[in-house]
Amino acid sequence: MENNQQAAPASPSIPSSQIPRDHRETVGDYTVESPRMSARDVNVHYGDKHAIKGVNLDLGRNEVLAMIGPSGCGKSTFLRCLNRMNDTVKDCKVTGDITLDNKNIYDKKLDVVELRAQVGMVFQKPNPFPKSIYENVAWGARIHGLANTNAELDEIVETSLQKAGLWNEVKDRLDAQGTGLSGGQQQRLCIARTIAINPEVILMDEPCSALDPIATAIVEDLIDELREQFTIAIVTHSMHQAARVSQRTAYFHLGDLIEIGATNDIFTRPRHELTEDYISGRFG
Amino acid sequence: MTEDNSTLSPNIPKRPRTIDVVRKNINKRNAAERRFQLYGKVAIALAISFVFILFFDIINKGKGAFVQSYIALDIYLDEQQIDPDGTRDPAVIADANYFGIIRSNLREMFPEVSSRQERRNLYSLVSSGASYQLADLVREHPEYIGNTFRLWVPADDDIDMLIKGYIDRNIPEDDRRIKDNQIAWIDKLNEEGRVKTQFNTTFFTAGDSRDAELAGILGALSGSFFTLIVTLLLSFPIGVAAAIYLEEFAPQNRLTDIIEVNINNLAAVPSIVFGLLGLAVFINFFALPRSAPLVGGLVLTLMTLPTIIISSRAALKSVPPAIREAAIGLGASKMQMVFNHVLPLALPGMLTGTIIGMAQALGETAPLLMIGMVAFIVDVPSSFTDPSTVLPVQIFLWADSPERAFVEKTSGAIMVLLAFLITMNAVAVFIRKKLERRW
Repeated sequence: MENNQQAAPASPSIPSSQIPRDHRETVGDYTVESPRMSARDVNVHYGDKHAIKGVNLDLGRNEVLAMIGPSGCGKSTFLRCLNRMNDTVKDCKVTGDITLDNKNIYDKKLDVVELRAQVGMVFQKPNPFPKSIYENVAWGARIHGLANTNAELDEIVETSLQKAGLWNEVKDRLDAQGTGLSGGQQQRLCIARTIAINPEVILMDEPCSALDPIATAIVEDLIDELREQFTIAIVTHSMHQAARVSQRTAYFHLGDLIEIGATNDIFTRPRHELTEDYISGRFG
Repeated sequence: MTEDNSTLSPNIPKRPRTIDVVRKNINKRNAAERRFQLYGKVAIALAISFVFILFFDIINKGKGAFVQSYIALDIYLDEQQIDPDGTRDPAVIADANYFGIIRSNLREMFPEVSSRQERRNLYSLVSSGASYQLADLVREHPEYIGNTFRLWVPADDDIDMLIKGYIDRNIPEDDRRIKDNQIAWIDKLNEEGRVKTQFNTTFFTAGDSRDAELAGILGALSGSFFTLIVTLLLSFPIGVAAAIYLEEFAPQNRLTDIIEVNINNLAAVPSIVFGLLGLAVFINFFALPRSAPLVGGLVLTLMTLPTIIISSRAALKSVPPAIREAAIGLGASKMQMVFNHVLPLALPGMLTGTIIGMAQALGETAPLLMIGMVAFIVDVPSSFTDPSTVLPVQIFLWADSPERAFVEKTSGAIMVLLAFLITMNAVAVFIRKKLERRW
């Protein structure tokens, strides 16, 4: 990655940015008013590897924040810090403060189950449970005790599948195996499963990377609709996707948060040279 | 083509066309593959033919164990001899000399027999169990007293061998266990229709005996059954629980590493060592009864546990991490994740390990010798603490017996053991298939 960065020659067609490549302080305002989640000075180490270097970032209400950057830049790692999925990874050490509604999520007294009920996650590869479609959606609600009766559970399953835009396709075969759906349907099933527990924040780790363009378009529309109700952080490799679905975009590079700002500004007027290199397709 | 390459870049060395190289050694490659396939086929053919030879040999030798020769005696029960006072008191009836009745009956059939040696040969035509059979019959049916009736009694094991045709009549009399006059008597009985061969129920309803014609497999079968029940009830839950804890919950540190290494080592410990351990701990220290299926089951549990733990952990490891992440990501606790998603997927694999462990336990002899399950036990065990033996030990004991008739009993017992094994595995495979279908 470093070689790429060094080797990238300045293209004469794109005007040179103001901030040079070796600058590592975050460019742009990472704060928002009354944030849902905020991270301050977050460092992540995998054994000897320093994967995230002092990142500060706020996640506003009802916004979609896109995280972009070349492979290995730490964007997925950062995302997984937000609901402590990294807890399961051996040798992973997270320092700094991450708060959800002003409560530190790495507080020893906080039960991680509580956190994950508020911060749901959709993974890169669709991973439905090898159970029926109904059971896939109902399980989360059931373990958290969100439904008192079967009718309530049916209701949750139906509304979640409707929100995920999957209801019409599967309403006649809720007993069919979730793993028997197509890739795009599986991913929407996973989104429905996450919605079913009614979280406040939804984290999406490259949710469309395993999908074809049509399925991707459906999921992107869905993300836009979900914004009305949830706060969404999405990691993506596709800059077009970031431009289409997000309001703010954060650019990560080798563990540093290089630049953050309104999506429009990042893609039209990048201030950091690294950001510009990346979005103009010179590396990444 | 090669020239083209060199003109493209002077740095790339001249190389022959790939297709030329491939064509040159493609035959060699294909020949190697064909050769390897041939080795595989030969190996499979050898394995199958050995299995067939084994089965053919065992069935051929053992089929005789399922039939038994019987000799008909026309018994007259003299009331004066059995119940002189006519009380029909079971104690009085049981005391009568049935042994003598059988003997005198045989003497009456062959009145020409006079010398002591000849008489002894005559008496040994029928099984020594005949008098007990008669006693039981009279106790149940006192109305037979004072009447004459035909009683089929089992032939003595040597005579049984003669009737089944295993004894060569042409070899000198001194070299065979059956004397000439015995052969003559049997031939005469046969002509009179007093000899028959029929299904040997005794083999399936009796315990062990010194007399081959009275020996049965039920004692060992029940012993194996009780032992395996104990083994299964202990080793499956303990093994699976240990595997789940070690794989899913235990912290990864030196201690768990040591435990893991030692579990793998336990799987390699010779089984007789477990027998010694069982003797020292369960019998000497905890004072559990000797020769009991309970102790046998405990010892076999120790032996089976590593197998079940190792295979269960492998099954847990093979559950895709994506499923775990999905459950964790929804806010499931670790236990909800394991019991709702991981365990159901791993259970078929765990059952496979359990089948293998139980099959090993069923065939195990050495550790059971150490805890006294090798004893000669006539009674069929009816509980977990009754003295008993198990099928493989019974096979060992019978194979050790000098009588010709025990050869077929041995093979018969092997057939029963194999049937037991196949039944057990079939049940386990059925359960596994059922669990798999639910997912």
